[in-house]
Amino acid sequence: MTTPVTTRSRRLLAVPAVLALALTAACSNSSSDGGGGGGGSSAALTGDCAKYQAYAGHSGTKVTMYASILSPESDSLEKSWAEFTTCTGIKISYEGSNDFESQLPVRVAGGNAPDLAIVPQPGLLAQMVKSGKVVKPPRQTVENENKWSPVWKEYGSVNGTFYAAPMSANMKSLVWYSPKAFKAAGYEVPKTWADLVALSDRIARTGGGTKPWCGGIGSGTATGWPATDWLEEVVLGSYGGDVYDQWVSHQVKFSDEKITTAMKTVADWMQNPAWVNAGFGDVKTIATTTFQDAGSPILSGKCGMLQQASFYRAQWPKGTAIGPDGDVFAFHLPAVNPQVNNPVEGGGEFLAAFSDRPEVQAVQNYLSSSEWASSRVKVSPGWVSANQGVDKSLYTDPIDRLSADSLTDPAATFRFDASDLMPAAVGSGAEWKALTAWFAEGQSIQKTAADIDAAWP
Amino acid sequence: MPTDTRLAGPALHLADSLWQDAAIKFGNTAGAVLGFLGVLLVVFFAAGRATGRFSRPLAIALMLGPAAVLLLTGLVVPLLRTVYLSFYDADSAKFVGGKNYGWAATSSTIHEVLLNTLLWLVVAPVAATGLGLLLAMLVDRMRGQAVYKSLIFMPMAVSLVAASLIFKLLYESRGNGQNQVGLLSQLAVVLGWDDPPNWILSQPLNNFLLMSAMVWVQTGFAMVVLSAAIKAIPDEITEAARLDGATGLRLFLHVTVPMIRTTLVVVLATVMIITLKAFDIVRTMTGGNFGTQVLANEMYSQSFDQYNTGRGSALAVILFLAVAPLVVYNIALLRKERATR
Repeated sequence: MTTPVTTRSRRLLAVPAVLALALTAACSNSSSDGGGGGGGSSAALTGDCAKYQAYAGHSGTKVTMYASILSPESDSLEKSWAEFTTCTGIKISYEGSNDFESQLPVRVAGGNAPDLAIVPQPGLLAQMVKSGKVVKPPRQTVENENKWSPVWKEYGSVNGTFYAAPMSANMKSLVWYSPKAFKAAGYEVPKTWADLVALSDRIARTGGGTKPWCGGIGSGTATGWPATDWLEEVVLGSYGGDVYDQWVSHQVKFSDEKITTAMKTVADWMQNPAWVNAGFGDVKTIATTTFQDAGSPILSGKCGMLQQASFYRAQWPKGTAIGPDGDVFAFHLPAVNPQVNNPVEGGGEFLAAFSDRPEVQAVQNYLSSSEWASSRVKVSPGWVSANQGVDKSLYTDPIDRLSADSLTDPAATFRFDASDLMPAAVGSGAEWKALTAWFAEGQSIQKTAADIDAAWP
Repeated sequence: MPTDTRLAGPALHLADSLWQDAAIKFGNTAGAVLGFLGVLLVVFFAAGRATGRFSRPLAIALMLGPAAVLLLTGLVVPLLRTVYLSFYDADSAKFVGGKNYGWAATSSTIHEVLLNTLLWLVVAPVAATGLGLLLAMLVDRMRGQAVYKSLIFMPMAVSLVAASLIFKLLYESRGNGQNQVGLLSQLAVVLGWDDPPNWILSQPLNNFLLMSAMVWVQTGFAMVVLSAAIKAIPDEITEAARLDGATGLRLFLHVTVPMIRTTLVVVLATVMIITLKAFDIVRTMTGGNFGTQVLANEMYSQSFDQYNTGRGSALAVILFLAVAPLVVYNIALLRKERATR
């Protein structure tokens, strides 16, 4: 065992030294494998490994993956493909980064693209496709796509060409509340927007120290994004998918009466001084409160509800019981207009490839399969797939099941987070800034809308 | 265990265990270092053997060469490329002429950014230098001045991001009647102010609150340098001035300040350069919201958050043009000072 390793290491030492002497620093990392099938060593896999036969034949290869998912979330991600790695011998070298969104374009432009990247914004995906470095997925990945509702395929496409398969989904249209507190006060979970407004009013008038809503849009340099979610919920819930799509493509402008009306609805809801911002202060404090902190007053009974996505479950302190009878739970935010059928706003992550080496395609194929999605569900709660091939009984967490039900409901009006679809100059630039100013400085709806429209490239 | 065949060719970089990975990385590093040393040895050997009329030019080339190459690849080329990109669109694909500069000149957000940057440029360096001078004068006469100096200098060791986080906590604010978390609000409450403002939202006050973090970090630097300069004033001069009847403020204004004038300007210019690049503080404390955006942060957010390389580059060029004269002036002054000593 020892001897081969040491001789191997020596050889490894010698080669780079020669390279360095020749001062050819850059070339040593060329990753062109050229294996073209890995030398034909696709021995049949047996036992537990038999199900990975389709991905076999690339043993000893390495695939690099880059994403914004950090530990501990990334630990369960890596766990989800552990068996795949052992059986196929394809090593997935995962790297998570806080600066993923700004670093990926830099790395791609610098010729140092990862083999695979998990991109959470279709806008960024389009940006990457424009660079010409994104490789189209293999046939099997495209076929696996049939298990997702068609709208997802659009989100993984740029100009009609499919590039990236969705990996995960999350649901944004949730309102967090305390079932215990609701029960004690005799409140019922609202089913319609009118119910929601009536309940908010009731809490504001009779709740004593409780205000109906808490909110926070602070998020470091991304400050403002939760406010974009509120506006998106209202636009989708007021007008349905078509107007929403036109809004995303700027056929309907922010200054359009439909959108300014939606902003007015948001203002009546989250900028109502009598309704917000429990535990923190006036309306303006929404701008300085981080979204992570925003929900904590629910636990102390200072506020009743918080609109936040399914991933907010990770923000509750350890030991908080999450469930229909627990300390906190969530309900589906009702549509503003009852005519709109089950509006669901969500997000998701897409797997983009910058290489078409066979082992990279094998990983792509595997990660787009329902088998992988199921194995991911099994290793950790707090992760949901909209892949209809996943057995819903696998979800152990009530929030996950609630989200999965809505996300895989074929009748639901599902739309992707609009700010993630809009060009970055708007979606992660002007809109965040303008909505933050709207909350923080009481800027008018007209000026806010005009500022965002002006930034459209 | 996979077979050994994969070790052939480019598969060298594939390892199936952490140790092997580490061994390869170590091997690469060691190889690079050895290679570098080898090259140096060869070069110096050649230089040592060179005689006659080649020896001087060769020595100059050898000594200046690496620095010139680094300067060229690390500064000059990127600078030229930035200028080039600033004339192109967001994707660096289409030539747009001066459109990006036109945008910078006409956009009201950029006007605010430029105004804030100017404010930073004047207030923060003057405050840091003034405070540094004051502290240098005060501490100089104290017993155990080393201790005080180290304490005042200490924030220099803190990164600007950490300093911003500390200050952000100071400015944290809660509404009327809530328990205050931030020190500033709590102080205000103790002093009888029922409902202190939300500091970080209060324009234009918030700009100065952000600058405080910079001043806090830079004052120590100013103090140490100025204190050294004051100590360097010959005793004869101060004594002569004293004999002539100059004391206190007059002594300070007419003897001390003129004697340390160059140092003062160098300190001021140095802090100014650091201030112009102030990016971390704004990014950490407000992300450029609430009317606190500055040029360096706007440049970053245009380039890397909004993927508009053209606009980002144009702002970078503007920033460069603003810093360059300061740097040149600073270098000239330093030279002059060195010459007089």
